[in-house]
Amino acid sequence: MDLINLALKAIFVENIALAFFLGMCSFLAVSKKVDTAMGLGLAVVFVLTVTTPLNAFIQNYVLKEGALAWAMGEEAASKYDLSFLGFMTFIATIAATVQVVEMAIDKFAPALYTALGVFLPLIAVNCAILGSSLFMVEREYDVVESAVFGFGSGVGFWLAIIALAAIREKLKYSNVPPGLRGLGLTFMVAGLMAMGFMIFGGIQL
Amino acid sequence: MDKKTKSILLDPLAEKNPITLQVLGICSALAVTTKLETALVMSAAVTFVLICSNAIISMLRNKIPGSIRIIAQLAIIASLVIVADQILKAFLFDVSKGLSVYVGLIITNCIVMGRAEAFAMGNPPGKSAIDGFANAMGYSVVLIYVALFRELLGSGKVLGYTVFASVRDGGWYVPNGLMVLAPGAFFLIGFLIWVQRSLTPTLQEAE
Repeated sequence: MDLINLALKAIFVENIALAFFLGMCSFLAVSKKVDTAMGLGLAVVFVLTVTTPLNAFIQNYVLKEGALAWAMGEEAASKYDLSFLGFMTFIATIAATVQVVEMAIDKFAPALYTALGVFLPLIAVNCAILGSSLFMVEREYDVVESAVFGFGSGVGFWLAIIALAAIREKLKYSNVPPGLRGLGLTFMVAGLMAMGFMIFGGIQL
Repeated sequence: MDKKTKSILLDPLAEKNPITLQVLGICSALAVTTKLETALVMSAAVTFVLICSNAIISMLRNKIPGSIRIIAQLAIIASLVIVADQILKAFLFDVSKGLSVYVGLIITNCIVMGRAEAFAMGNPPGKSAIDGFANAMGYSVVLIYVALFRELLGSGKVLGYTVFASVRDGGWYVPNGLMVLAPGAFFLIGFLIWVQRSLTPTLQEAE
């Protein structure tokens, strides 16, 4: 039940795009059409579900203070705290995972590969991916929890970007003041969407 | 100062502002601006990282092989961010807690990567450092504007000092809670872009 709660919270209440502003660059730039937004959203769900638990594993068994106890015994391990290397390790893991995932999809699911296209490599530098790994560290999730959290965050981002793209497709036909056209209006719409998502606040199962 | 240096220095402040026009580095601009203090600290951290990363990447630009340049750039940027994060944790622990994950996210801040890719890879170190500084200033200006209004309208304070005495403290100002929450940040940046583009019609998007 806790895990379902965690997923629901990550999807709706603490939506990674609309409440924590992560992945904003691609959120605003790749939301002109629903098709491309769908591709990016799916790629984000996929990569987040893989990288967050992977980084949790590294954090809990290598980097955290005393985490190396399995290799050198409790006492020796308590002297080492490698958590300052976190940023470097996480970004390397993410870049490597994205590369592997890209090659695997290319080999085994060429149709999906064409659908995701250029978005996969770009995801390595999407703040949403690194962000949820850092949230995982801050909130001390274990490997299972972070898999659920990563998946939930990904689905939250996917929902938000699809909704924004759908609204922007309709907005093409409206008469917008010249200064507000494009980016300005997108910010306003995202603000209204963030307000909408706020109604989920406090929901628990 | 010759004309080119001047344009490198001044363009990012308004006409090529990283946030409102290049659409880079928006995540942190929205997230750390509930208080002016955190916004100032964040600006300082980004300025440090951006100047150093631009200078270092520019020095190495002829040595970095094209096919692995993204990873090489990320390694340089991540090391600089680790330094910035450790300094913040050592001297400004409370603010560093308030900034939460967003200091680490400077690594994937598109401004840093974007400037490395667009400028530092093709220009000498001196000019790249100036470009880094100028873009960091353009970023800071927007951050300070958003944070100033969010703190002032959201709690009636600036940098922790009371400007509008709020109702709770026996004053007259009813704080606008929306400004402290996520939507307020979106609206403020939206308004800034609207004002800037209305004043400078050449920047408007054709649709």
